[in-house]
Amino acid sequence: MIRPNPLSLRPNKMFRSLLITSALAVAVSSLPAVAETSEEKGLAIAREIDKRDIGFGDSQSTLTMTLTNKHGEKSVRKLRLSTLEILDDGVGDKSLTVFDHPRDVKGTAFLSFTKILEPDDQWLFLPALKRVKRISSANKSGPFVGSEFAYEDLVSFEVGKYTFKWIRDEACGELSCFVVERFPLYENSGYTRQVTWVDQTEYRVQKVEFYDRKESLLKTLDQSNYTQYLNKYWRPLKMHMVNHQTGKETTLEFSPYEFQVGLNAGSFTPNRLKKIR
Amino acid sequence: MRTGRLLFALFLATLLIPYGSVATQAAAMEIEGSSSMEVRLFPNARTYRGQQRSVISPSLTLEPEFVYELDTGNDRFTLIPFARLDTHDDRRSHLDLREANWLHLAETWDLRVGLGKVFWGVTESRHLVDIINQTDAVENTDGEDKLGQPMITYNLETDWGSFSGFVLPGFRERTFADDDARLRGPRPVQQDDATYDSSAEAKHIDFALRWAQTIGDVDMGLSHFHGTSREPRAVPATRADGTAVFVPHYDQIDQTGIDAQLTQGAWLWKLESIVRTGHGERFAAAVAGLEYTFYQVSGGISDVGVIAEYQYDGRDAGAPATLSNNDVFFGVRWTANDTNDTSALAGALIDRITQETAISIEAERRLNDNWKAEIEGRWTENVPTNGSFAGITHDDHMIIRLSRFF
Repeated sequence: MIRPNPLSLRPNKMFRSLLITSALAVAVSSLPAVAETSEEKGLAIAREIDKRDIGFGDSQSTLTMTLTNKHGEKSVRKLRLSTLEILDDGVGDKSLTVFDHPRDVKGTAFLSFTKILEPDDQWLFLPALKRVKRISSANKSGPFVGSEFAYEDLVSFEVGKYTFKWIRDEACGELSCFVVERFPLYENSGYTRQVTWVDQTEYRVQKVEFYDRKESLLKTLDQSNYTQYLNKYWRPLKMHMVNHQTGKETTLEFSPYEFQVGLNAGSFTPNRLKKIR
Repeated sequence: MRTGRLLFALFLATLLIPYGSVATQAAAMEIEGSSSMEVRLFPNARTYRGQQRSVISPSLTLEPEFVYELDTGNDRFTLIPFARLDTHDDRRSHLDLREANWLHLAETWDLRVGLGKVFWGVTESRHLVDIINQTDAVENTDGEDKLGQPMITYNLETDWGSFSGFVLPGFRERTFADDDARLRGPRPVQQDDATYDSSAEAKHIDFALRWAQTIGDVDMGLSHFHGTSREPRAVPATRADGTAVFVPHYDQIDQTGIDAQLTQGAWLWKLESIVRTGHGERFAAAVAGLEYTFYQVSGGISDVGVIAEYQYDGRDAGAPATLSNNDVFFGVRWTANDTNDTSALAGALIDRITQETAISIEAERRLNDNWKAEIEGRWTENVPTNGSFAGITHDDHMIIRLSRFF
């Protein structure tokens, strides 16, 4: 591989483009060398995103959700989030969300088992009644606790949920991004497609545009403050969703994650929800 | 009334506590809770002489929560006292310990010792399988409020489901409205003179077992209870002054229950059924029905769910009376999905033979970080002279409640 000699000359424009080309060649070297279709390239990028997250085990974080309406009025929710990686093919991760704020919903807990194309399994724990309810997950496009995030925006990313299509490469801030469209395959999605910007160095989703069933731009999600854990796994500590049709916004700010804290499947059962705090 | 004044002062004090100032993270001790101001409105004239005439009946509640967690989070001590001070019903002014327990959480099992609350079941119109806790019936007519039950509970999580064992030392008697209170029913209830099948009376030790498991789209549970019935029989009696009263009698029963829910798309199919011995002839009872939700109705963000359930109960006259012998329930649930979590539930329970009907409407909305408003309306229609609601036909009421969380 050609390396610029820092002592000789500054890399000129041509040299830089050569560098980028070679970096790209490395990045896509695992992909078939023969001419691939846009769909194949999109799928390969999605697989790479998925592959880079394999092995995280479990994670925990707390998050502050700030909802802003079109008049600029804000309301705040605080939640704790635990995720357990499930490595079996055909099923997704398990996640547990516990509300700490506002006080009237404190202790309410939401347990979700992500599937690929089948509906997810979801349970809700209502602390006042000590009641665990299995709830319908058909409501994929509904707002999560009054926010601009739909349920389907918050479940774990699984390659099998979409078909993909690479559109182009373009700059995204200081990074270079793949622009990839994804088309939901699961039922009850509120979107016809999502356009994602994925950086070419670490395969992190930087931005998503959501198009509704009428093909109009509905929402834009910006993911920032990416932090790396265990020298491998990247997480955005800030997610900002703008709804272009209502003018409402939701910001998620995560506290630093903890990884591999020793969560196990026994902590993610409907029965254990009753003992959540 | 000295305790009343003290309680009122405590209640006022909780209104002054700024949010979050009490929670102290350092010692892993959290002190939180809620207080509420409630007004019950009885628009109709009283049914029985001696009953309260007031249309407006205010009350206050206080429910602090003390939680102490050891460093690991695997041992937790919870203390939740509850108090209500009611202007017109001296028995509704009462104290209870909703929870006072130690919980130990291990990886695959947990143990809880002390007063606590347990809920079993899936249906909306009747909680047939749920049996561990006694109903705190003075609180509300919906039967959702429960008294703290002394228990030792062991729970084991396995690949074949959750297995729970309950030892229940000490029985809690149901609460009833005072002699002169609204909603007391056709006769005063001699709450403190209750009689029992068991010579151990309220000291009888009850047992229960439960298995619960999720298999695909089905969540199901099987349970068995052996001990003192939470439902009393109303035994007619006469006081020395000639007043006709009811004395609660608590029989020994065995009850086996099954509850199941099938979740498919926007459909929830629900079933609860029990078989009980010890109350007259052995009988079966069931509640079965469905809930279907229309999401994001008419292009908006709110959801509307419709509920329909059928109630059957085969008990004879040797068992406590029930209004759920052959009834249908229709309900509508509205969830706004707004930032204030606004929601409402309206329902009607109709007897298939007599058309006797109970209607209830509940709505709630968060006002801000500390305050929440609730409104409830409950009334009856088509009540025959010997109907289940004959003693309370004039006690239609509305409840307005403002709760403050601290």
